[in-house]
Amino acid sequence: METSLGQVNATSVIFFLVFIAITLYITYWAAKKTKTTKEYYAAGRSISGFQNGVALAGDYMSAASFLGICGMTSLKGYDGMIYACGWLVGWPALMFLMAEPLRNLGKYTFADVVAFRLKQKPIRVAAAIGGILVLLTYATAQMVGAGNLIKLMFGLPYEVAEVIVGCVMLVYVLFGGMIATTWVQIIKACLLLGGVTILMLLGLSHFDFNPGVLYGEVQKMYSVKMLNPGGLISNPIDAISLGLALMLGLLGLPHILMRFYTVPDAKAARKSVMWATTFIGYFYCIIPIVGFTAAVLVTQKTIAGVDPGGNMAAPLLAELLGGTPFMGFIAAVAFATILAVVSGLTLAAASALAHDLYLNVFKSGVATEAEQVKVAKRSTIIFGICAILIGILFKGQNVAYMVGLTFAIAASGPFPAIFLSIVWKKLSTAGAVAAIVVGSVSAVICIILSPTVWVDVLKNKEAIFPLRNPAIITMTLAFVCAYVVSILTPDPEAEAKFESEKVRCYLGVGAE
Amino acid sequence: MGKTAHEIVTSDRFKALVRKKWNVSMILTALLFVSYYGYILVVAYGKDFLSTKVGEFTNWGIILGVGCIVFAWILTAIYVVWANNVYDVEVDELKKSML
Repeated sequence: METSLGQVNATSVIFFLVFIAITLYITYWAAKKTKTTKEYYAAGRSISGFQNGVALAGDYMSAASFLGICGMTSLKGYDGMIYACGWLVGWPALMFLMAEPLRNLGKYTFADVVAFRLKQKPIRVAAAIGGILVLLTYATAQMVGAGNLIKLMFGLPYEVAEVIVGCVMLVYVLFGGMIATTWVQIIKACLLLGGVTILMLLGLSHFDFNPGVLYGEVQKMYSVKMLNPGGLISNPIDAISLGLALMLGLLGLPHILMRFYTVPDAKAARKSVMWATTFIGYFYCIIPIVGFTAAVLVTQKTIAGVDPGGNMAAPLLAELLGGTPFMGFIAAVAFATILAVVSGLTLAAASALAHDLYLNVFKSGVATEAEQVKVAKRSTIIFGICAILIGILFKGQNVAYMVGLTFAIAASGPFPAIFLSIVWKKLSTAGAVAAIVVGSVSAVICIILSPTVWVDVLKNKEAIFPLRNPAIITMTLAFVCAYVVSILTPDPEAEAKFESEKVRCYLGVGAE
Repeated sequence: MGKTAHEIVTSDRFKALVRKKWNVSMILTALLFVSYYGYILVVAYGKDFLSTKVGEFTNWGIILGVGCIVFAWILTAIYVVWANNVYDVEVDELKKSML
């Protein structure tokens, strides 16, 4: 099959320019409404539950999972489906354990929740460190992925792609704050869900709209092995640890948690998780079908020929089914997806730097609105430039482990501290700081010593730490640290405030 | 006369509500863990079972994989229905008693 992938393609450029034009217009409109910190970080709490649900789905469905899982299913078959399943299960957990307390107790960042009754400064510093670590690793994975994808799809040089993504994203966040970022997410989520749905329907039209017929073709063309579980789960403890990281890591991702402050109340927060779960569940149910369709119609040989990792399975299928215009559309959607996800990360990082560190640590909570917004914008620029530089620095590196690392840090650092601060009266300031620092740092160290980095990236013979994802060990360690340190350093003042926290947490009284 | 935070938190009604909320949350979380890890363990140890065909070409693996996602969604929906119909009503009444 001849493909025009990798060449500058007029339709994809047009689709992309239309997307940029619309989102920049929204940014212009949002900029006029973005004056205070409440508007900059939380869109003035004016986003509805449904809108926030779509935006959450947009934040979570990255180009890496769209293209990656399609490719994995098309080349390896059933294992892609196991992987897809793991990405959804965090959402119900987020709903059951955290959505409402998070909304009721916080203002702009998850540190607000942890610091509610504990000492502001140490908590804010620890939370900012843990949060920035999560955001940086995630942004690295996204930026490197962005450069590679854009190179594959549009033929643009890697560095140019990094600078374009970084600059467009900075315009959204800098001028439009959370209002613009939310609408960019919503548009991107609709485009992505719509694009994948059309792709699936066009594909299934070749199989009488019956997935069973598709599986039959897969079996005939390759072997029955494509439909059976393969080698993805060779070590069950590893699989359990990865599952734990995916499930509970979601509950510690700062850019996801931040979205809860854009809605008016806990009920809307609950509604947004329900919608997010619906869209994300639908997305991960149909992605494997697209992958199988690509395997039959495009053939594995062609897919692997363009990119050995299989990442181009979906654009290739689009080209086959809808010609160059449809491929251009899918490519533009993938680009838009990266832009939107990086915007969300940058805004979350700006809130950690400006709201947690600048306002609550350096200024002890006293600064004018204008000053705070100014610092938030400066933080946005700093993180944006860091993201571009890191993207260029990591050019050509294998960063697949970065996403796993992000979830491992989030599950081991922020999550235990937030969860305990909500449910456990005796959690002390030192205990919470210990949990965040020990959890985050141990997750980073264990990943470096694990087979994923020590063997695959650093080319050593044997890994020092046996598990590919350390969450099962490091998260437990964080909880144990929080318990032991809290028992050793009781915090009577914090315990006394637990009652008013409970009233706000469960009844929403006094929530901002 | 409105009640103080202390009176509310120590009231039996509030305690019962919080206990009920966590019971529901924990049961649903447990079901989520059992279903997801059950699926992972079947993938690890029951490859033959997952390879068994259900229809002509569809096998148990595909059904359980999709089932895992659908079940997670159903659990979420159960929580929302419970929270909207039971939890929110209780919260409103407790809030009124504070006024």
